[in-house]
Amino acid sequence: MQIILFYTFAALTLIGAIGVVASSNIVRAAVQLLVALLGVAGLYFLLGAEFLAAAQLVIYVGGTLVLIIFGVMLTARASLKLLQPTRTERALAILSTAILLASLITAIVTTRFAQIEPVAHNAYLVRSIGQALLGDYLLPFELASVLLLAVMIGAAYLAKKRAPISREATR
Amino acid sequence: MNWPLFAAIDAGDTTGGVLRLIFPDQPSLLLRLGWSVAIVGIVFMGMVSVVGFLGIWAERKVAGRIQHRHGPNRVGPIGILQSLADGIKLVGKEDLAPRGADRWLFRLAPYLAFAPVFAAFLAIPFSPLLVFEPTLSAGVFWMIAILSVEVIGVILAGWASNNKWSTYGAMREACQLISYEIPLGLSILTVVVAAGTLNLIELTHLQLGGANHWLIFHQPFVAMAFGVFFVASLASNKRAPFDLPESESELVAGYHTEYSGLRFSLFYLAEYNAMFVMAAIMSVLFLGGWDDPFGFLSRWQASIAADRLSLELILLNLSAAGVFVFKTCLLIFVQMWVRWTLPRPRIDQVLHVCFKVLMPLSLAMLLGSAVWELLVTDSSLMQKLTQWTLLGVGVVIVGLLGLMLLQAFAQGRGAKQRLVEPSKAGA
Amino acid sequence: MIGLTHYLILAAIVFACGLLTVLTKRHAIGILMGVELMLNAANINLVAFNFYTTGEKLDGQIFALFVIVLAAAEAAVALAIFFNFYNNFGSVDVDRASELKG
Repeated sequence: MQIILFYTFAALTLIGAIGVVASSNIVRAAVQLLVALLGVAGLYFLLGAEFLAAAQLVIYVGGTLVLIIFGVMLTARASLKLLQPTRTERALAILSTAILLASLITAIVTTRFAQIEPVAHNAYLVRSIGQALLGDYLLPFELASVLLLAVMIGAAYLAKKRAPISREATR
Repeated sequence: MNWPLFAAIDAGDTTGGVLRLIFPDQPSLLLRLGWSVAIVGIVFMGMVSVVGFLGIWAERKVAGRIQHRHGPNRVGPIGILQSLADGIKLVGKEDLAPRGADRWLFRLAPYLAFAPVFAAFLAIPFSPLLVFEPTLSAGVFWMIAILSVEVIGVILAGWASNNKWSTYGAMREACQLISYEIPLGLSILTVVVAAGTLNLIELTHLQLGGANHWLIFHQPFVAMAFGVFFVASLASNKRAPFDLPESESELVAGYHTEYSGLRFSLFYLAEYNAMFVMAAIMSVLFLGGWDDPFGFLSRWQASIAADRLSLELILLNLSAAGVFVFKTCLLIFVQMWVRWTLPRPRIDQVLHVCFKVLMPLSLAMLLGSAVWELLVTDSSLMQKLTQWTLLGVGVVIVGLLGLMLLQAFAQGRGAKQRLVEPSKAGA
Repeated sequence: MIGLTHYLILAAIVFACGLLTVLTKRHAIGILMGVELMLNAANINLVAFNFYTTGEKLDGQIFALFVIVLAAAEAAVALAIFFNFYNNFGSVDVDRASELKG
């Protein structure tokens, strides 16, 4: 069962990830990203992190991705010409990524990790996460909340509509 | 490997799970897989369509009653098969995509809107045993999370239609849903602070033994949270008065303007099933789950051995599921009642209510709930007093609403008779 | 049996896809999507290591939770910047943002 589920979710993730790279239409890329995010949420379930899977759905899919699609819609009038990279750029990008991927996989395959028998299902998962957040990780937790406040103010200020200054000049 | 979603089938340390009762030995992989596919394919699919069909019929009946007319009454007794007839008509219609639409996304969007609602059925505890997923420790949070995926389908539907009304509907939907998720989540948190768990089974078990144990009567703050959750659930289901994404007087039909046939009906199924799921969450969180108000069912459950299949056990589970569905239907009825009674606000008013009224209120509730749990112990006199007072207030409110309904019903009867009489006189 | 290596290789491929997206897309929001993919790949690693090597301790999951929260914050700021950019230049092509080049 676990093997079937792993390969299903891994396939979802990979289809989504490759789709994001391959699609030239930005809205379709967003949908492919959705597929990848759902696949990753499934993988979290397999790894016994159901709280994280739910957080992934509610924050990433319900929040970040909606923001991204929103952004795509609001900037839809922009011309999509000139947005393709040149052939040299693409070749260079693929080459460097391939080198990185090859070295990563070599490193992963050759390393021997000190593994233990995984804990199948933690019935007190949410409780442990809560205790960790308000215990060992209290400072990062508070910092994250301050950061979110700063981000909220900053984003609201930045996105405030102002008169366009140099649209004529750049045309 | 005990994957949480399949824990009921894995026959591990779970309390629920029908399969374990039918096959006491360790079931094989194939059996487990077949069982889960059968549950999802037959039970949930059937349930989703029945909820959709009956929901749409009930909505039209309620609307008819409120507007002093009959509503559907041609197909079947009291028109109950109307949705079936509509469904057959919709299946037979041509599947159109407008010119200039992004066809792939246009076709995909209804499924994206429908699938999450379907998935949310997995965690609902209908009765002590009728629950597919008993050990999900993030239960309520998971359901809210999976429901929040629905918004993507709606946005893509509006965007892919290549129609400005659809796109406006989708934009409104996006900002409305993202905004109302915050009061929704905070009001759930208020309950969770009082209950101490997110697991839906544990939440039900906390409330067994009569209406005074229900969480809504546990604290004044939780009672307030029920109100906030109800309003926010209306908004996140796009129900009137928050149906801005599909307001017919402004946007034709909003995000599903361009849809026809089966894809259109998928949006409707999604809407009514989302209502059902939200109402189910409300009855688990606040209204005691599958237990009746007098605690008969929980006492009965305590007297039955739950480790083997018996007729009594089946009866108990069926009646518990009946009580649960009755509570849920009552809440759905209130949602419909609200829809056909209240006018629709503007989008800025909707957002104003969310950010300036509901959000401060729910933050205050969360704080109050936490302080209450610190100061008032479960066995103290204060706690008992609060429970019974709130229960009394609740009974009075429900009684008054019921009286109002009965009165309106009687008035409607009288009006209909007055309408009939002159024609009789003429004939 | 699925082990740690499976997850790590999957995460590596997803990371490579994200990197490739960042390198080849010129649409600002496309680049943001690439970054999100890379963050997700890192998260898979964190959770997989947590599951297979630390057992009861949940450090990996907490880290992943923080990453998700920070990704949401990052997306909000990035989109605000893009809207500003779009308002000023009428385009979302990141190569146009070269005014500070001198």
